[in-house]
Amino acid sequence: MPLLLLLFDTILLTTLIGLAIAAVLSAEPRSAVMLFIAFGLWLSLVWARLGAPDVALAEAAIGAGIGGALMLSAARRKVRRDSGGDPSHEPSGCDASGDPGGDPSSNPDNTAGEEAQ
Amino acid sequence: MNRDLALLIGILVSLFAALLLWIFYATLVGDPVARLGPLALEQLPASGVSHPVTAVLLNYRAYDTLLELAVLLVALLGIWSLGPAPSGFRPAGPALTVLANWILPLAILTSGYLLWVGGHAPGGAFQAGALLGSAGVLLRLAGHERAGLPAEAAQRWLVVAGVAVFLMVGLLLAAFGEGFLTYPKAVAKWLILLIETAATLAIGATLAAAYVGGRPPGIRSPCPSSESPSSGNPSSGHARS
Repeated sequence: MPLLLLLFDTILLTTLIGLAIAAVLSAEPRSAVMLFIAFGLWLSLVWARLGAPDVALAEAAIGAGIGGALMLSAARRKVRRDSGGDPSHEPSGCDASGDPGGDPSSNPDNTAGEEAQ
Repeated sequence: MNRDLALLIGILVSLFAALLLWIFYATLVGDPVARLGPLALEQLPASGVSHPVTAVLLNYRAYDTLLELAVLLVALLGIWSLGPAPSGFRPAGPALTVLANWILPLAILTSGYLLWVGGHAPGGAFQAGALLGSAGVLLRLAGHERAGLPAEAAQRWLVVAGVAVFLMVGLLLAAFGEGFLTYPKAVAKWLILLIETAATLAIGATLAAAYVGGRPPGIRSPCPSSESPSSGNPSSGHARS
């Protein structure tokens, strides 16, 4: 049984380090963030294995969940800025009053379904 | 130049990693000095909660948690100072809408459970608040522009509620009790629950607002609403930010 547990721990740790390295080396922000989210979830497994369910909960909820969502939206904004989206439309906040940037059919923001996966 | 910077960052990170490894090594082989664990467990009955982690976070090291809440608040202020929030997503399709309708009440319920259970089992304000915040993120993704948050004025009150209640309890205890955040044993549980409830609401609102990603559209919006809708001059939109 300890041998099986040792095998489990080894897989857990090597996958964790592999995810970390892949997230750091990934060139594209979006895939880096996704790898980071996977890393966070995996890390919460490691915390649970270490008998620290409090830290595991916090890591899964804040580190992977909210942090991942924040970084995904940051990566999306960076991509939009890099691709030369008209900057005057972007953070205007007045879109409700008929700003063309708020047009739901053309706004590159509208990846809701995709983001929620 | 960019390459030099990358090299510098690499060197600094390596040094930091070496430092961490050294600390780890020192902790492993160093002489086992008096550890705080037994002391914390010993004082547990006096802390007002029966879960040691919550006792440390909300009682023994309460100012630490207070400062964490302050850090969250400052982070949100930084995000708000960057300008107004970008417009939201278009309303989601039926699948995501139904999913959100199912998950949202469950998330709110689970958050309340995590808050309550934190007194005697793993849980607590940060986890509960993060769950509330993720409910806000889901709402925003499903097309609700404000992520379920109230209007700007109420949102500001919500966001400072955690730090405010925490500080108020601390100052009242300092004035009429035994010292800053030194709970009297009889009411420790209820004070902790009060602080944690306020902190949960504040953390949830802060995280959701952070995901919205900009100052909420408020009464004092800098947008010239009667001007041309295209707001041709981008600098005017940031004049008062």
